Parts: sequence; structure tokens; C-alpha cells
Amino acid sequence: MSKMITTDILIIGAGPTGLFAVFEAGLLKLKCHLIDALPQPGGQCSEIYPKKPIYDIPAYPEILAGELTEKLLEQSKQFEPGFTLGERAETIEKQTDGTFIVTTNKGTQHQAPVVAIAGGLGSFEPRKPAIANIADYEDRGVAYMIKDPEIYRNKRVVIAGGGDSALDWSIFLSDVASKVTLIHRRTEFRGALDSVEKVQELKNKGKINLITPAEVTGLFGDNHIDAIEYKKTDDTPKRIETDAFIPLFGLSPKLGPIANWGLEIEKNAIKVNNALDYQTNIPGVFAIGDVNTYPGKLKLILCGFHEATLMCQAAYKIINPGKRYVLKYTTVSGIDGFDGSRKEAPKSVVKSIS
Amino acid sequence: MPTDISITVTDRNGKTHTIEAPTDMALNLMEVVRMYELAPEGTIGICGGMAMCASCQCYVLSNHQLTKKTQDEDAMLSEALNVKPNSRLGCQIQMTQEMDGLNVELAPEE
Ligand SMILES: Cc1cc2nc3c(=O)[nH]c(=O)nc-3n(C[C@H](O)[C@H](O)[C@H](O)COP(=O)(O)OP(=O)(O)OC[C@H]3O[C@@H](n4cnc5c(N)ncnc54)[C@H](O)[C@@H]3O)c2cc1C
Ligand code: FES
Repeated sequence: MSKMITTDILIIGAGPTGLFAVFEAGLLKLKCHLIDALPQPGGQCSEIYPKKPIYDIPAYPEILAGELTEKLLEQSKQFEPGFTLGERAETIEKQTDGTFIVTTNKGTQHQAPVVAIAGGLGSFEPRKPAIANIADYEDRGVAYMIKDPEIYRNKRVVIAGGGDSALDWSIFLSDVASKVTLIHRRTEFRGALDSVEKVQELKNKGKINLITPAEVTGLFGDNHIDAIEYKKTDDTPKRIETDAFIPLFGLSPKLGPIANWGLEIEKNAIKVNNALDYQTNIPGVFAIGDVNTYPGKLKLILCGFHEATLMCQAAYKIINPGKRYVLKYTTVSGIDGFDGSRKEAPKSVVKSIS
Repeated sequence: MPTDISITVTDRNGKTHTIEAPTDMALNLMEVVRMYELAPEGTIGICGGMAMCASCQCYVLSNHQLTKKTQDEDAMLSEALNVKPNSRLGCQIQMTQEMDGLNVELAPEE
């Protein structure tokens, strides 16, 4: 078993709410660690609509969801958050000293006095194609998301899907893998224009082997995948040899294991005390952002930011019992990063004008 | 004067509901289903109605003349599970006067 990751606030979910909580916690000198089932931070903003604009982020008349994620990461960078990505938080156990241990599906353990669930609509789980024996090859050449593209270096890869992630990963892996085959049910792809054009260009250059309209119908290999079978409409099935099969049919969120943590759940969301601090029925466990519910709840990014801010205040009191807190403006006090960096407002000069 | 229309929705448990839908609020069928909570929150409308998730897929049972599928809807339905010839995305069906009497069944959750 790997060693225990310890932190002040353990955040489950690295969507916009969880990412902003890192910043607010940092102002209070509290360290955060985030767990997310996705291989990258950003939650819905990076998984569902990274290239689409948002118009109701205060002070941004328009910002792309992917850009918002980048800005949030940049804003909290000096507070050095830790990340456990591509793993789902599975169980929570309260310890006698009042802290919690949260364990992921891969066995990674995290310990913290405060747990903030910022799980959005739930943990993003892949939509799997209906191929009979696909489960037998999971982690044996079949993957539904790409955590570390390096494992495909000089390997033969088959990607299936017709959206942005299938396009973008085909482009990326065409420089890494020894052979990239992209299979899609239709001849039309749906994605950002530049991605579609780039795939066309790579296909013309022979760097991507495009097979459309076709469906993957079978998987073969002992212990590890070594070939797939695909079928074009009105044609006999054909086989190609491959080291990996990556179906990218999108991910859909499921509340999942959190539903069994003894929290009060209403309409697939966690009930919290919105009059005070967004704490759940378990003291020390908070729920912020899309994942919580209370009278008048709105599932909006800016509401998640507010909830994250108040949650951090309550976390401060739990972690520093009895200590008083005075609100300081960032403009006035500046920001001291955990990495030793300091940001502050430039001093005005006092100088006579003669 | 815009008036409410009446539509019939069979939920995922097979229960049939006849509900009134306003036509003056720019609502689509997915939003009406959420308004009446005919499917649990978090299981419908995941992409907010951008034809990007198929969580609002339904089967159209009446003979209404629906607007043609957009390329986005067509692409999404080509990737979704449990698709039938009468499948449509609820978020792409606008609640207009012409939809009075519409009868749909929600597709199973993926
Ligand atoms: C198409 C679309 C357009 C939108 N437009 C707007 C808009 O214009 N304005 C606006 O304010 N909002 C908009 N939203 C809503 C906005 O994206 C959400 O309110 C926001 O993403 C919620 O942030 P969050 O951090 O609370 O949750 P999420 O972004 O959902 O992130 C939660 C994260 O938690 C992870 N997670 C959950 N459970 C676990 C677990 N057990 N283990 C590990 N990880 C877990 C998930 O994988 C996910 O990455 C839009 C949403 C969509 C889909
Ligand atoms: S709500 Fe996502 S496709 Fe209709």
C-alpha cells in the first residue's frame, strides 16, 4: 500500500468549485489536496464543454470554459495543491482523532481533518461500447480515458469515437504511437473546426489510418489485447492488430460511492446547511458547488465560488480551534504563496511636485 | 395569446404523466421534464441542452411534425445507446403550439 497523503482540506472533485477552494484556503494558510476521477482538472468545464464560452463569470464578459480552468489553476498555483487524478474517491472513514481517511478505487489513501466534497454532478464515468468481452481487457490494452499518453509510445493504437476527444487524442498520439487508427460509425466528425481539419491533414499524410463508417465488433488476445475486429456497413468484418484500444464515447457523471457515505441525499445531491457554512450532516464534511442542495440552490459556477469561500472559513475554525480570524483584503495584505512567492500591490510613492 | 399545451410523458419506470407545458418561456421538452421532476435530477439534462450528452433521449410516440434534426442532434444520436428510429433529443424539441398532444417516452438512463 502506498503511503498516506496528508493535507488540511481534502477536496473531492477538481471542478471550478474545488479549484477555487484551493485559493481561498491558501489565503487562510490551509493546504489542499484534490481527488478527481478525470485525468485532468476542470470538471464539467474541461470534460463537457472546454471550447464553449461562458458569459456569466463576474468580470469576464466572455471566457471559454477551458480558459476558466487554466485561470483557476494559475490563480491557486502558489498554494501548491496536490492532485490525485484518474482515481475515484471510494470510501471515507472517521478516525478517533477526528480526522478522515478517504481511499480511492486504486487504493490511494488521503488523511485530513476536513473533507470538502465538490463532486459536481458526480464522478465522470466512461460510456462503454457494447462489445461483449470488453471488460476482460480493461487495463489490459483497453482504456476509456488517457492518463499518460507516454504509455502508447511506439505502440499501435486504435481509437474509436467521433467527438473532440477522439479527434484530439488521434492528433496527439500520431506523434507518439507507431500507428494510429481512428474508427467512427459515421463519416462526419463533431468537434472544433481546427481539430477536424488537422485529422484530415494527418489522414492525407498517412499518419492517421481513418476507417469510417465502421464499428468495432470484437476484441482478441490472450491476457492482453492484440487485435480488434471492425465492420464497415455492408462489408465482411476485418481484423487489425493493435496494442491498445481506446473507445472515447464521452463520460457521464454518476454520484457513485459518495451516495453511501451516510450523507443526507436529496434529488441526487447532498443536503447542506446553507445558513452557515455548507456543512453536511457529518461534522467536518462539507459539500460545495453543483453537488449540494438547499432551498434556492442554483447550479452555477459563481455560486460554487461563494460556497467554497464560506466553507474555508468553517474549515479554518475546525483546524485552528479557538483562534480568531479577521478578514483581510488581498489588495491590502498581498498573497504569500506556500512556494515562498509573494504578490502585493505596488506601493504608491510619496513625492512632492514642485 | 400563448396558451399552455398538454403533453404526455412516460417516465423511465413506465408511469405515464399528462402535463401542461407553457409555450411562452422558450422551454424545450427536457426542461419541462425537469420542471415536473419526471426523471431524477442529475440523470437528465447533463449537458444543459446542447445536444451533447443524450441524457434527454426520448421516443416520440405521436405523429407530430417535429423540426428536422440538426447536425449536432444527428451526430449525438448516432453515438447514443438504446437508439430507435423514433428517437429524438428532448432538449431539441421546443414547446410550441404545434406540439400540443405530443406523446413521448423517456429512453432508459445510460
Ligand atoms: C454545457 C454546459 C454549459 C454550462 N454553462 C454554464 C454557464 O454559462 N455558467 C455557469 O455558471 N455554469 C454553467 N454550467 C454549469 C457549470 O459547469 C457547473 O456549475 C460547474 O462545473 C460546477 O462545478 P463543480 O466544481 O461544483 O462540479 P463539476 O464541474 O461537476 O466537477 C466535479 C468533479 O468532481 C469529480 N468527482 C465527483 N465525485 C468524485 C469521486 N467520488 N471521486 C473522484 N472525483 C469525483 C468529477 O469527476 C468532476 O470532475 C454549464 C454546464 C454545462 C454542462
Ligand atoms: S440535455 Fe444533453 S443532449 Fe439534451
